[in-house]
Amino acid sequence: MAKKINEQPETTIDINDNHVKDTIEIHSSKPKVSREDRSTMGEIRVSNPRMRCSDINVYYGDKHAIKNLNLDVGNSEILAMIGPSGCGKSTFLRCLNRMNDTIDICRVTGSIEMDDKDINDSSIDVVPLRATVGMVFQKPNPFPKSIRENITFGPKIHGLASHKDDLEGIVETSLKKAGLWGEVKDRLDQPGTGLSGGQQQRLCIARTIAVEPEIILMDEPCSALDPISTAAIEELMMDLKENFSICIVTHSMQQAARVSERTAYFHLGDLIEVGDTKQIFNNPLHQLTEDYITGRFG
Amino acid sequence: MNQSLEGHADHRFDGELSSLHLLILKMGGLTLNQSQLSLQAILQQDIVAAQTVIGKEPDIDSLEATVDSRIVELISKRSPIAKDLRITMAFSKIVVDLEHVADEAAKIATIVLILNDGNPKLSKRQTRDIASMGKLSVGYLETAIQAFDTLDVKLANSILNAELELNEEFQSALRYSMTFVLEDARTLGNSINIMLMLKSLERIGTHAQNIAEYVIYVVHGINIHHQRRATDKKNGN
Repeated sequence: MAKKINEQPETTIDINDNHVKDTIEIHSSKPKVSREDRSTMGEIRVSNPRMRCSDINVYYGDKHAIKNLNLDVGNSEILAMIGPSGCGKSTFLRCLNRMNDTIDICRVTGSIEMDDKDINDSSIDVVPLRATVGMVFQKPNPFPKSIRENITFGPKIHGLASHKDDLEGIVETSLKKAGLWGEVKDRLDQPGTGLSGGQQQRLCIARTIAVEPEIILMDEPCSALDPISTAAIEELMMDLKENFSICIVTHSMQQAARVSERTAYFHLGDLIEVGDTKQIFNNPLHQLTEDYITGRFG
Repeated sequence: MNQSLEGHADHRFDGELSSLHLLILKMGGLTLNQSQLSLQAILQQDIVAAQTVIGKEPDIDSLEATVDSRIVELISKRSPIAKDLRITMAFSKIVVDLEHVADEAAKIATIVLILNDGNPKLSKRQTRDIASMGKLSVGYLETAIQAFDTLDVKLANSILNAELELNEEFQSALRYSMTFVLEDARTLGNSINIMLMLKSLERIGTHAQNIAEYVIYVVHGINIHHQRRATDKKNGN
């Protein structure tokens, strides 16, 4: 069961309190949550959830990869997921659009509600689900086709546009949203694979946007990019969050701190702490979170 | 090495934080020494002590510049987060307070030299007031530096909880000096110098309390500086 954030020390002191010194004493007596405590610290629920995950357990054969995870993905928010390799953050991300279905030995229990429906329900068609919950991977993976076809492929198979003019409109809008239009508008028929790494990643984001998703999942989208391309993607994320919810898995603490509103820290399959990004990076509640973000993770 | 600074996967980061911590402690030690010497200069009309304080001030300024540049280097290289960030921020603020303490000690030393140009002009009561204020302020500074050394919140709180004591001593000493002036206007110049020394001692105590606040900030991530000031104002202190 998750603990409420307000069970922990407040980060401010009421200036109307005449007993500030007493307050300091009280605060002084509250240590961080110990490394042995595996319950989730912080507010797992938000007031305007786009997705609500309850009691999620994921198994790869005998391996229990995610343990009793509860977490909301808010509307129009960027949720960063951090943690050491193998902690379950990418596995959790893949649960959100049932990408784990493609792994035979993977078993997912619990519910992930979106629009009052459990996306794990057998009646849910994963093809439209994956259009609604799009995904961008670590390594840019444009189709070996033209820039234009990379964008139009999704809308065509999802039946979002049939007329050529509509498709051209989607190409322009998606590339503009992804901040790539200016760089490629004169060479839309050239292969997507001929673009630079940063441009390819933005093309993949444009391809994801083209099918009008509501949530975008990003699995280390900048880990293969140079700082300039990373900055472009981060700026793009900030623009996109007006219309989409974004979940990003990242190994860059600075990136999580820069772009996200909320941050979730995973450790060995447990969601250890989730909360306001500022709080997580300034003064996390859990000792394990502090160990990890300060580079003390042994 | 303080344990809070240890444990990074990259041990060089431990070393960089610890060496900065030690450098600031060294600056703290020198500043404490300056404060003690300036107090000795007043109470014993010790010209040599006053001259020593003035002569050593540039050493502390130079240490502050070194610490500043090392902090900038650490931030650019390590991008500290959470506790490491708070420690780095506290380092950067504590050196400013220490440098101000050294300035106050130098101000006191300068006044001692001015006062000793003529006849000694401290009454017994004034000597007692200065000794009492000095003991408190320099004591606070020593405790604050100890608290910073071990990042000991309890020790830091002991100074913060004693703030009224210093304030009361200061007000009482001021009132007495004012009485002197009211009785004999010719003592005005002398009294102003004494009040300036009292103010410098009070400032040293305040800087020590600032350092104690940073210790609490480092350990608990709570910035209590402005809350304490607001409460002081509300209580009329």
